[in-house]
Amino acid sequence: MDFLNILSGALGEVISPTTAAYALAALGLAVHFGYTGLLNFGQAGFMAMGAYGFAISILTFNAPFWAAVLVALACSVGFAFLLGIPTLRLRADYLSIVTIAAAEVVRYIVTTNKLTDVTGSAGGLNGFAGGFYALNPFPEGTYDLGFVSLSARDLWVRVAGWVLVAICCFLVWLLVRSPWGRVLKGIREDENAVRSLGKNVYSYKMQALIIGGLLGTLGGILFTLPRSSVQPANYGTELTFFLWTCLLLGGAATVLGPVLGAMLFWVVLSLTQGLLYGAISAGYITFISIPQAGQLRYIMVGIALMLLMIFRPQGMLGNKKELVFS
Amino acid sequence: MRRLPKLARPMGLLFALLAVFAALLLSAPAGQAQTLAAPLSTSTPAPSPAESTGPPESFPNTINGVLRNAGQPVAGVTIRATGEGFSGEAVSSATGGWSIGVPVQGTYEVELDVSTLPEGVTLAEGAQNPRQVTFANTSNAGAIFPLGAGIVVQTQSFGELLVERILAGLSFGLLLALASVGLSLIFGTTGLTNFAHGEMVTLGAVLMFFFSGLGMPVWLAAVLAVVGGGLSGYLQDSGLWKPLRRRGTGIIPMMIVSIGLALAARYTIQLFFGGSTQQLPGARSPQIELGSVSISQNTLISLVISTVVVLMVAFLLLKTRIGKATRAVADNPALASASGIDVDGVIRIVWTVGGILAGLGGILWAYYRPGVTFNMGQQILLLIFAAVVLGGLGTVFGALVGSIIVGIFVEVSTIWLEADLKFVGALLIMIIVLLFRPQGILGRKERVG
Repeated sequence: MDFLNILSGALGEVISPTTAAYALAALGLAVHFGYTGLLNFGQAGFMAMGAYGFAISILTFNAPFWAAVLVALACSVGFAFLLGIPTLRLRADYLSIVTIAAAEVVRYIVTTNKLTDVTGSAGGLNGFAGGFYALNPFPEGTYDLGFVSLSARDLWVRVAGWVLVAICCFLVWLLVRSPWGRVLKGIREDENAVRSLGKNVYSYKMQALIIGGLLGTLGGILFTLPRSSVQPANYGTELTFFLWTCLLLGGAATVLGPVLGAMLFWVVLSLTQGLLYGAISAGYITFISIPQAGQLRYIMVGIALMLLMIFRPQGMLGNKKELVFS
Repeated sequence: MRRLPKLARPMGLLFALLAVFAALLLSAPAGQAQTLAAPLSTSTPAPSPAESTGPPESFPNTINGVLRNAGQPVAGVTIRATGEGFSGEAVSSATGGWSIGVPVQGTYEVELDVSTLPEGVTLAEGAQNPRQVTFANTSNAGAIFPLGAGIVVQTQSFGELLVERILAGLSFGLLLALASVGLSLIFGTTGLTNFAHGEMVTLGAVLMFFFSGLGMPVWLAAVLAVVGGGLSGYLQDSGLWKPLRRRGTGIIPMMIVSIGLALAARYTIQLFFGGSTQQLPGARSPQIELGSVSISQNTLISLVISTVVVLMVAFLLLKTRIGKATRAVADNPALASASGIDVDGVIRIVWTVGGILAGLGGILWAYYRPGVTFNMGQQILLLIFAAVVLGGLGTVFGALVGSIIVGIFVEVSTIWLEADLKFVGALLIMIIVLLFRPQGILGRKERVG
């Protein structure tokens, strides 16, 4: 077993674009759940809006990169209205059921064979990230970062991704410490009290849903860039639940928590996978096979989610006083 | 810190529970070979760990069917499937069954090679060959090639088609009701939206597969599987949910715990059961002709069983002491407790009954699809939610009405909608109903708040 390889692979996950995409989407969930108390179980749907909005505008309508991003963001706002209008007046559990259902509806629609020309159905879409890589300012070559060495292309997608994460974190931080953010926290703690102060709770919730959704959509776009492909199977309910695990790991009502949570999530997954696969191929573990080891990771995530929620609901960075769930 | 020792016991229990299921499921692969050999005519490879690592024939999805001529299996016929940039072929076995593994779910053109048909056997007049086969969100798709000279493929009138779909939808809706009544009872008494309910559905089917794999008769395997489902509900409550309630854990954290439990349980089942689709004994049943409408025997049996069970649950709820106590707890736990009802005891019974109903629903769902897979419960979880929300969260009879509406809607919509979109309609209906009548069909307005 090559421990050094496994370790550097796990460290590489810290800066991988997928981690950045998860961090962005989990940050969106932090706005939804951590600050506003909205139970959004459809973040995968917002990510799919990003991925498909972006890919379809480029492949079907030959849109330039920036226009495709704008179209994806517009789709996401539309999706947020669709979810929010029927449910934001209702109790939290209604929103959770409707969001998870809407995200699945999106997945069914992009998977259907009837729309193969546009969405590529089960096979997905690929080859649409050219516009993004054309913006690459780094000259060709190999860049050695100590634990990983990257091509110019890899470096560009990482730099762009993490700069985006940093900007979004900063914006969210500014937002939640503004008067607007204090209203959101008020809604989380006691909706009726905020309403009695004359605030339009419905409108604030809708704004939070849209902003968090936009972050999810940016995450969705970033998620597709490294491989330049979209697979509908990636946007199932599991994706949402992984994002929740990242969020709760780091701390729901924090700005840096989701980012830290996403990094930790991927490092732990990569480490355990590396160690398990290594142990299996070296013959130390004989009672499970490689695909079973892959399933073991999901089981681990599930148990981690339960334990987190039971023993440390505020996450690593959170303040227990701030997050008293109702 | 003071809390930890108190929690050590429930958490220990929880892991003991997981271990019990693991042990049960661990022995499942041993039984698989037998069931496959006996009543089944497909040649789906058994999901033993060694085989699932990636030889080309163990694709996750299969197109399959059985060739019969005048009731006799037809062997040695070549069938080819092309589409999605893939092509594969299979030869029908001695039982007439054939199955082609394909890499992705999509649309395939399936062609029967007429030249390989034995002497004297021809395709029925009007039978499509080649024909289109489309996967409908399940990992297997069937293709039927009617054989024989005398058989004429009939085209149905719209009315007959509609009646047929409504009958099938009623059967589907009632099996859905088994699961959603349990979910609704649990929601009503504890306030928990249980995301792990889908896994309780899967467990029933997987246990049935396991027990029948041991060579038990169908009825015994079904009874044991249903008992196993009830046990899972009982253990879940005593090992996890009751300690959490004692701690005063909120509804939302409990909901997230149930999501974690769903993930852990689903992939524990996959770990031992494998990723492929297996069939329960008697999964291929004959069609029964009722006038000009045909319905499969299994669908009809399922319709009868679930009607009887649903009526039984309704009787229990309305006429017995424990049913009254359950309704009292659902209405107001504090008041029920004050008037001498053992609230925790009632909730324990509700979880057990919920597990039993979900297990039975799982078995019927396995016959309806047909097939057992590790994620079959997850596939209908959202339909269960849709049914419960449609009828009114927490109202048992609402769940029943909602399920029947969802079931019929899903089946009837296949007349116009693509098969792979059939669940979409039901979910959209739920969203639209929330827009106009958020409390659901039978819900009371003040519950929505």
